[in-house]
Amino acid sequence: MWRKLRLHIAIFFAVIGPGFITAMVDNDAGGIYTYSQAGAKFGYLPLWTLLPITVLLIVTQEMCSRMGAVTGKGLSDLIREEFGLRLTFLVMIVLVLANLTNMMADFAGIASSLELFGISRYISVPIGAIAVWLLVVKGSYQSVEKVFLWACVVYIAYIASGILVRPNWKEAAFSSVRPVLIFDSGYITMLIGMVGTSIAPWMQFYLQAAIVEKGVTEKEYKESRIEVIVGCIAMSVIAFFIIVACAGAIYNVAPRDIKDAADAAQALKPFGPYASLLFAAGLFNASLFAACILPLSTAYSVCEGLGFESGVNRGFREAPIFYWLFTGLIVIGAGVILLPNFPLVKMILLSQVINGALLPFVLIFMTLLINKTNLMQEWVNPRFYNAVSWASVALMIGLTMALVALSLKDMISSS
Amino acid sequence: MTEEILFLTELLGLKVFDLKGRRIGVVKDLAIVPLVDPVRVDRYLIGGGGPAWFTVRHDQVKSISLKGIYLRDENLTPYHSDEYLLRVVRDLLDQQIIDAHGRKVVRVTDITFEVRQENGADILWVLDIDVGLRSVFRRLVQGVLPPRLVRRIHTRIPPHSIRWEFCNILEPDPQRRLRLNISNRLLEDMHPADLADIVEELSPTDREAIFENIDSEVAAETLTEVDPDIQASILESLEPETAADIVEEMSPSEAADVLGSLEEETSHEILEEMEHAPKAEVRELLEFEEDTAGGMMNTEYVALPETGTVADAIQALKRQEELIEYLNTLFLVDEHDHLKASIPIARLFLHDGATPLTALAAESLIQVPVSEDKQRVTEVFDKYNLLALPVVDEDHKLTGVITADDIITVLRQK
Repeated sequence: MWRKLRLHIAIFFAVIGPGFITAMVDNDAGGIYTYSQAGAKFGYLPLWTLLPITVLLIVTQEMCSRMGAVTGKGLSDLIREEFGLRLTFLVMIVLVLANLTNMMADFAGIASSLELFGISRYISVPIGAIAVWLLVVKGSYQSVEKVFLWACVVYIAYIASGILVRPNWKEAAFSSVRPVLIFDSGYITMLIGMVGTSIAPWMQFYLQAAIVEKGVTEKEYKESRIEVIVGCIAMSVIAFFIIVACAGAIYNVAPRDIKDAADAAQALKPFGPYASLLFAAGLFNASLFAACILPLSTAYSVCEGLGFESGVNRGFREAPIFYWLFTGLIVIGAGVILLPNFPLVKMILLSQVINGALLPFVLIFMTLLINKTNLMQEWVNPRFYNAVSWASVALMIGLTMALVALSLKDMISSS
Repeated sequence: MTEEILFLTELLGLKVFDLKGRRIGVVKDLAIVPLVDPVRVDRYLIGGGGPAWFTVRHDQVKSISLKGIYLRDENLTPYHSDEYLLRVVRDLLDQQIIDAHGRKVVRVTDITFEVRQENGADILWVLDIDVGLRSVFRRLVQGVLPPRLVRRIHTRIPPHSIRWEFCNILEPDPQRRLRLNISNRLLEDMHPADLADIVEELSPTDREAIFENIDSEVAAETLTEVDPDIQASILESLEPETAADIVEEMSPSEAADVLGSLEEETSHEILEEMEHAPKAEVRELLEFEEDTAGGMMNTEYVALPETGTVADAIQALKRQEELIEYLNTLFLVDEHDHLKASIPIARLFLHDGATPLTALAAESLIQVPVSEDKQRVTEVFDKYNLLALPVVDEDHKLTGVITADDIITVLRQK
């Protein structure tokens, strides 16, 4: 019994990585902004959404990791094999655009967080871009994954800054389990934003590819599933502390809208230098982390889906499209942040629209794929779980579409 | 005007006309019957609006061009799924295959056919599998732009194709492999290290299929080149008998390394299936901890009695022909197998046959016990610039040897 448990724990540590990293990167610059905004404007009220968000996230992430473990193929491979080249091409084009705008948001996060430490963006962004490029080209998957796992640990900074702010824990605890619906357009928008940003198309591609790369098979799948679930819960815990920090520091003083995530860090200053610096450090880490994963994951998905040579272990000559793609994403994503008067807010809204437009396709493809017996054999969705999957997917799509509509409205009204 | 080359993207949707020039449907798929002819398109699957498809045999076709397919015999049969048919769209298009020439896994984007004349009628031969940008372009505009315009544009994009005879289809089902006449020759002719790289890229099912089917000697050589994690998952997925056949072909130390990384139950099952002689040796090696000299060493060494001469040594080497390629050191032992000296093989050439071997011994005898730590072993190797390091047990008996090759593996793993 004890021996068996030990074996399970050993396998758990062998499969740790993909699920955890994906869930953590989900809290990237955009995510942190959304949660900060929620806490700053509505205090502890929105905390209850984290529970359903966690469930939705687990349902979708579990499907991806299961497909990866059973088929040993990436999501873009499966879409190509089962739905043909044209649909794959379409999905890939949108994925590249969506991730490009995500990259912009993340380099903006790097710039604004380091500006709180007094480092000019004209220094931080180019260095960040070069560092990301080198890490991708020079690192192997195993070594890069280790760096990423350490980056996950840095998220503890948010827990620390949340505690330093001394929020009202009792109220936070109550709000976490007490659903409150106010029919206020700002509140509804915020709820939709929270759910909408909690799941992005790139995550599904990255998670499945990482599970395959890790060599997880049906045998270790049980442990891998636990890892995915633990990752999703950890992501929600971090989100909880971000909301709590902003609720305690901003809402309790004077509820207001915040400009960006760095603005939230600034607002934590009255609670001691550490609260603010930790918040900013967390933002920097999250942005850099996402900026590392996105270009690589995009280049892999696109090249594998369309059948081009891919992989950092092949040279530039052998896999030119692969290298151009991820270099392009880094250069453009970082470059626009340095342009004066670049309409960044609009870009972030655009990013939500593109991500939202792509997500329904990805989720529907996933649910169709996971029900194919020729791919999944006995691992297809059981009937009850299938109903849950489709319901979650439908809910996700509905809320994302609502977010797309709201973002479009904002984009039009701001121009 | 007739074309010599037709692409699958052009053939699909091509109109089919009967003897009177009436349109009877469009091409939905093409099928090859590899058991009859591995390159000729044997059947044309025609759909005409309804869900049912027709089959046209290759000898019923008169001409094939971009204008359409004209028949010379309109005796059409309804299409039935047939296990002997390799259906191009269903089984090849968008799937992965192995390019044995370029030694990599590729995804089929389009297929190039050659139109040939046979008995005054046109037939199609599979020429190339197309991958890369040019074929992606053709697929994207297929049916959107007229074929002639596509042909004019696509010549500006560099082509990337693989000759059909260098393509190995991946098919996990053993029954269907036989029916489709898939041979393993292409894979077996590759260098094991290249095949190992390919195997690492494939899905577990496809990996398993390859190792189930290829010659066990090639399988063994390939398996030793595969990443250790994947190694274990491959062996665990195979039937214990097949796995045992492969493991038997490995050297005992490699076999012990591979089996040592498996779950105890699986490695036990495989050991049971092995033949007696290698089994005992592998069992012994399995006893040693992985991170010690015992776990690193192999048992492929040549030990000679210390009383021997150069002529004896050369005689002994002639009997060990399979070892000679990697051998660079001989060992001298006494009557109780205790290690006495080591001799660089090259020295044999500098002395005549009657010279006693003891005269050739290296100045100092470097050795490690089986329990020596892995880290320490690499240090000893580096310090004394060794090519081979003898390993002795508690009674100072020679039990194995660690070679530079093993050290490189250890260093690479860090």
